[in-house]
Amino acid sequence: MNIHYFAWMREQIGKSVETESPPAHIDNIDDLLDWLTNLSPAHAEALADRTIIGVAVNKEFVEPGAKLEDGDEVALFPPITGG
Amino acid sequence: MIRVQAEDFDVGAEMAALTGARKDIGAVVNFIGKVRDLEDGALSAMTLEHYPGMTEKMLADIEAQALERFDLQETLIVHRYGKLEPGAQIVLVITASAHRQAAFEACAFLMDWLKTKAPFWKLEESDKGRTWVEAKQADNDAVDRWQEQS
Repeated sequence: MNIHYFAWMREQIGKSVETESPPAHIDNIDDLLDWLTNLSPAHAEALADRTIIGVAVNKEFVEPGAKLEDGDEVALFPPITGG
Repeated sequence: MIRVQAEDFDVGAEMAALTGARKDIGAVVNFIGKVRDLEDGALSAMTLEHYPGMTEKMLADIEAQALERFDLQETLIVHRYGKLEPGAQIVLVITASAHRQAAFEACAFLMDWLKTKAPFWKLEESDKGRTWVEAKQADNDAVDRWQEQS
């Protein structure tokens, strides 16, 4: 599963994309966030405030409880500031 | 039509290309968003990061919503990314319709929506250091206004 990070989350984690293979029981975004938080102190710091994390799966916005399938492209990012 | 690009744009050329040959357009509105200096410091650069692929998808989706909601002949959204200097153009929205009201409203609708739905992030570099711009509640409120009306 490819996980993309943007803006200061990317900087804190130190990479723009990583390929991870979470265990099979991780089947939704909330569980994935719990799992990622335990990967490293940098992940824990970047993902500390769940209330502001934006999530996209396969380039569509989803809610934190959204289900995950094998091969999904996940993106995690702070609130967007375009325009 | 939507475009995501690093290059600058020329609003006159874009408007001519979009509407110049049309006889059914009575009103053209454009909005240009620009890099503004800081209120309490000297901005040296603003860098726009985006999510390639999702950005185009979201802009196309927002444009489709505008075309469905308003009586429009043409629309164009151009959004830049990369490192921009103060005063540089960031985003262009052009709406064209038979009468002015649809063009005015659709232009505001498109800007309000893209502020909260297009995956861009702004990094400001100034004499005070580097800061990721925080989202504004006012931008969320602006979108809610359109949802209440629909």
